[in-house]
Amino acid sequence: MAVAKMSVEQLLGVDKFLVDDDVAHIKVDKELCRACSPKPCTYACPAGLYTIKDGEISFDYAGCLECGTCRVVCPNADKVITWAYPRGGFGVQFRYG
Amino acid sequence: MSDDRFTAIIVGAGPAGSTAAYLLAKEGYEVLLIEKGSAPGAKNMFGGRMYAHALNRIIPGFWEEAPVERPVVREIITFMDGGRSTSVTCRDQGWAEPPYHSFTLLRAEFDAWLAAKAEDAGAMLACNICVDDPLYENGKVVGIRAGEDEMFADVVIAADGVNSILAQKAGLAAMFSAGQVATGAKQIIELPAEEIGHRFGLEGEGGAAQLFVGDCTRRIHGGGFLYTNKRSISLGLVLNTASLGKGQIRVVDLIEDFKANPEIAPLIDGGTVAEYSAHLIPEAGLGMTPQLFSDGMLVAGDAAGFVLNLGYIVRGMDFAIASGEAAAGAVKAARQSGDFSKAGLAVYRKLLSESFVLRDLEAYRRAPEFTANPRLYGAYPEFVTSLASRLFTVDGSQPVHVLGKVWDHFRKSGLGLTDIAGDGWKGVKWL
Ligand SMILES: Cc1cc2nc3c(=O)[nH]c(=O)nc-3n(C[C@H](O)[C@H](O)[C@H](O)COP(=O)(O)OP(=O)(O)OC[C@H]3O[C@@H](n4cnc5c(N)ncnc54)[C@H](O)[C@@H]3O)c2cc1C
Repeated sequence: MAVAKMSVEQLLGVDKFLVDDDVAHIKVDKELCRACSPKPCTYACPAGLYTIKDGEISFDYAGCLECGTCRVVCPNADKVITWAYPRGGFGVQFRYG
Repeated sequence: MSDDRFTAIIVGAGPAGSTAAYLLAKEGYEVLLIEKGSAPGAKNMFGGRMYAHALNRIIPGFWEEAPVERPVVREIITFMDGGRSTSVTCRDQGWAEPPYHSFTLLRAEFDAWLAAKAEDAGAMLACNICVDDPLYENGKVVGIRAGEDEMFADVVIAADGVNSILAQKAGLAAMFSAGQVATGAKQIIELPAEEIGHRFGLEGEGGAAQLFVGDCTRRIHGGGFLYTNKRSISLGLVLNTASLGKGQIRVVDLIEDFKANPEIAPLIDGGTVAEYSAHLIPEAGLGMTPQLFSDGMLVAGDAAGFVLNLGYIVRGMDFAIASGEAAAGAVKAARQSGDFSKAGLAVYRKLLSESFVLRDLEAYRRAPEFTANPRLYGAYPEFVTSLASRLFTVDGSQPVHVLGKVWDHFRKSGLGLTDIAGDGWKGVKWL
């Protein structure tokens, strides 16, 4: 009865997104992230969109589930994260919810 | 569009917004319901079950027409720790009969249905529009701006959910802290209907609701949930966001490990993951209530923090619906007096206090304090499951009576008697 573990990419792969190619609804000031050692975003984002690449935070807004966890878990959110919902109609489209 | 002036602009077609829109449209008022998703519900998820009472008062017998999944007839609470688990279950067949106690449901369908009810009643529904800002005149909210568009109304209802950008921008709500919210993540796992019936011991259409506490969250404050839909299972975790931020474990790893737990794996075996979703839950109750009204604006539902999490009961849908109803009542009163100022809208608080919304939040005011106790997520599940395991174990060793086992177990647990007595007392008094 082993349940094969799914990766976050596989999980997001079953979701439906209408990605806004023109506007990134969340922007991250990666320079400021350097000074942050706990980097809670890398654990707390349910979509696993905050990763560390070459010692730096890497973030991709495509795949965002629009929960708002990053905006509240980041210790310096006011300065680091510019957070908004995607423009009307764009972003994740839940078919079940 | 800027030529039209609406009586009310309602931002967010979740249960709070659609209820308010439905009731106001029924009064014959000009109502605009704005939703950023491509359809109502496209952005929404929840655990899964709505207590029926609030909607049944507004749309009696709603289950005859609403897309609900299963009436819940079985409640299960499961403590889990290190391969052991102990459950308490309750079945009440009375819950399977009208007026039904609660229903599992899926938000994409349900929210679309409720918004369509508002539309049928005469409300104008505008999807694909994300409201950016409130508009002011002489310090009073007079409408909203979405991109290039400006729309005007006597009153704006912020029913835009937990992140309520609108209430924050209008200065009614402060940004909440990570400790005041929880991050919920869930998967929809599809299974044949009869298979779900067999696995959960359900007859016919009946459904089950199961909550989990213990090492499924690895001591992060929170728990697991499972709700049976007709042809799928809603399975997920709710994790206090501050606690999650300190946990050093990724949400995806937590949820995938949860699925592999021997308590869960057989229940979802052979199922297909059809969706992965996430959302915040306001958890601080009255500790995070914003200013509920101002000149020209009302705040309802999650935007007002109207959620009650008692650990064994999670309620937000019924609060959203009843607060949408109260908001509609306040708009009606303001319309009759012609006064949409703060004073004219103040009746909103009175209506919320007369309904169960503020009454219940007040009665369970200390629940968030109770559920912030770390022992609930570590020491207690460990104690309960290992004690139960010991009571059921036969291995040829010296007989010890129940009292002896409990006492010995308690001594070895490292839990203090005052802790247990104190927590127990708070539990029975506050929850
Ligand atoms: C994981 C989880 C489990 C839960 N479990 C349960 C449960 O089992 N039972 C229960 O009763 N409650 C549960 N809840 C709580 C329940 O889901 C909420 O209380 C309820 O959805 C609140 O309804 P609402 O209408 O206030 O907000 P929402 O349902 O969040 O609706 C807000 C709407 O506003 C829209 N919106 C937001 N901003 C804008 C904007 N700027 N412009 C246009 N539109 C906008 C959104 O797209 C959305 O459609 C759970 C919540 C979560 C996250």
